[in-house]
Amino acid sequence: MIGQYLSLVGLEKHFGSVRAVTSLSLEIGAGEFVSLVGPSGSGKTTALNMIAGFEGPSAGKIVIGGRDVTHVAPNRRGIGMVFQKYALFPHLTVRQNIAFPLRMQRQSNKTRMTTRVEEMLELVQLSSFGERYPQQLSGGQQQRVALARALAFEPPVLLMDEPLGALDKKLREAMQFEIKSLQERLGATVVYVTHDQDEALTMSDRVAVMAGGELKQFGTPTELYRHPNSAFVADFIGRMNFIEGNCIENAGGTAVVRLSDDTVLSIRAQGLPATPKAGQTIKLAIRPERVRVARRGEGGSGCLAAVVQACVFVGSVHILVVRLESRPDVLLQIQLPAEGGLPFQERDAVDLLLDDGAIHLFANTERHAA
Amino acid sequence: MSGPCEVPQPAFPRQRRSTAASARFYSRGVSVCLAAPLVVALAIGFVYPVTRLVGLSFEGGSLEQHRRLVAEPLYLGVLASTVKVAFIVTIASLLLGFPVAYLMARLRHGIAMVVAACVFIPLWTSVLVRSYAWVVLLQRNGIVNTLLADAGITDGPLKLIYTQGAVIVAMTHVLMPFMILPIYSTLQTLPPDYNRAARNLGAGAFRAFISVTLPLSLPGVFAGSVLCFVLALGFYITPALVGGPGSMLMATLIGQQTTVLLDWPFAAALSTVLLTVTLIFVFLFRKTLSLSKGLHSVH
Repeated sequence: MIGQYLSLVGLEKHFGSVRAVTSLSLEIGAGEFVSLVGPSGSGKTTALNMIAGFEGPSAGKIVIGGRDVTHVAPNRRGIGMVFQKYALFPHLTVRQNIAFPLRMQRQSNKTRMTTRVEEMLELVQLSSFGERYPQQLSGGQQQRVALARALAFEPPVLLMDEPLGALDKKLREAMQFEIKSLQERLGATVVYVTHDQDEALTMSDRVAVMAGGELKQFGTPTELYRHPNSAFVADFIGRMNFIEGNCIENAGGTAVVRLSDDTVLSIRAQGLPATPKAGQTIKLAIRPERVRVARRGEGGSGCLAAVVQACVFVGSVHILVVRLESRPDVLLQIQLPAEGGLPFQERDAVDLLLDDGAIHLFANTERHAA
Repeated sequence: MSGPCEVPQPAFPRQRRSTAASARFYSRGVSVCLAAPLVVALAIGFVYPVTRLVGLSFEGGSLEQHRRLVAEPLYLGVLASTVKVAFIVTIASLLLGFPVAYLMARLRHGIAMVVAACVFIPLWTSVLVRSYAWVVLLQRNGIVNTLLADAGITDGPLKLIYTQGAVIVAMTHVLMPFMILPIYSTLQTLPPDYNRAARNLGAGAFRAFISVTLPLSLPGVFAGSVLCFVLALGFYITPALVGGPGSMLMATLIGQQTTVLLDWPFAAALSTVLLTVTLIFVFLFRKTLSLSKGLHSVH
């Protein structure tokens, strides 16, 4: 029962002329933890509502473990769901809340039902709270009850709609690990909606990045971080610096680009995509931790001249904000290891060396996330 | 207990903070000044006359008036039929009003406004007008009788007006908004996620309603029922216009005693009994409400 595969085939949802979700196709394996991330209005919640059955899709198919549930009523889908604000029934105790789905299934065996409820209470470590009402529990405890209730009937798929949004940072991180370890232990298939990309990267086996109702990229956290397929994904997942320019040549694993400050870079890298083609305007992207910094004149050839604008110490790393000398409107963020002092200070003139293997080139056709 | 500046409890921060804040903003003097007009108005317009009335019924320390009331089966019959009518009117208002309230809470805003207007506009119209409307509808050659006769369902005009049935129908119509509004306001505060959660957990539309929406709307149902019942117990205009001598209710009887027979002490005794019965029912309602566990925590 628990942990079935889920496949979405060309799912569409239109509200009047607004396309909330367009041709969304995802294959989610049994026991896999998949996050849907995206800015608000990206269609991730609509997608979740369609899987749960609260919204009927305009087109497409939803299949769970081989069963087409596209037109099945929500109560007959057997999908568990944890709501953003938990939606625990305030007139029922914790125990009654967890028993609710079992009662609805008309489980005739009363003792089995009681045992199951106790098992679930134990699973989420709330055994002594069974007789309390939801509003007598803390946010984290309510969250765990919601989880226990959604898992009580061993659903083939568990949906979670920003379940940690209402908790503070410390508790949120603790719950992330708790949910993840529970999911692994039970082998549950989880579809997790969040707008917090860190949360998605931490918890998921694979992440689906959505924007404007479309699926932008679907892959493991490492894939998304190291090989984003668009400037949008590059910007949305982790931090990314962008410099605009023109592509002069792109062939045989070497790309030559002229950046907007007229620096010409020749980039030799494995797996450079065939686009952008020569003559196209491009965006060059690089992660803050892949930029090396040297004093002015010590950088060698092919480096960018910049001036340090600010140095910030954030505990684990130093963050350096630099301004390109020839393009004062371009600010870059650079991460340097925190060990040892920072050898730079504000208004220092520096050379930036971009790590060839870490450069991404995107054709400049789309706007990236703010 | 410590002072009003007590640290808010984390469990219910919102409630705690609001009491603490109001205590901090208004000094005792200001609070008394703000409450004074209402207290004075209540004392003059309500407490004094009611006390006088109750006192009048025990005039000269005798129970004579009350004995008269109990001894005469007619009066007890009027009391019983008043309670019965109020009860039926409350149930009818609930059965007819709940779906309307539910609809108002679930419909899209624009359409909900139209339904709300249909509920409110009668409320703003005088009770007298609405009661006369029923007289027009139900009288011997009224619309209902004409329709029935024209359709060939009845041979001659039925006696519709001046019956207890007419009183119940008209009172239900008049009192329904008082049932709809409290239920609507409770339903409206219920997040749609409760219903979705119930559906998601395996409840069909009907079971989701029965096991989640309905119990969570009970505070509104109770509030509306108490309001309707209490108003119905003391209702005067509608029964006086639509009801006949055979279907007399307490308020009409009291009115008759004061305006026609000028027997003030006996009217006072009738009023005292009606007041007592009303208070007993309100107390019973509250008791039932506090017995249904978990409901107090809904709001």
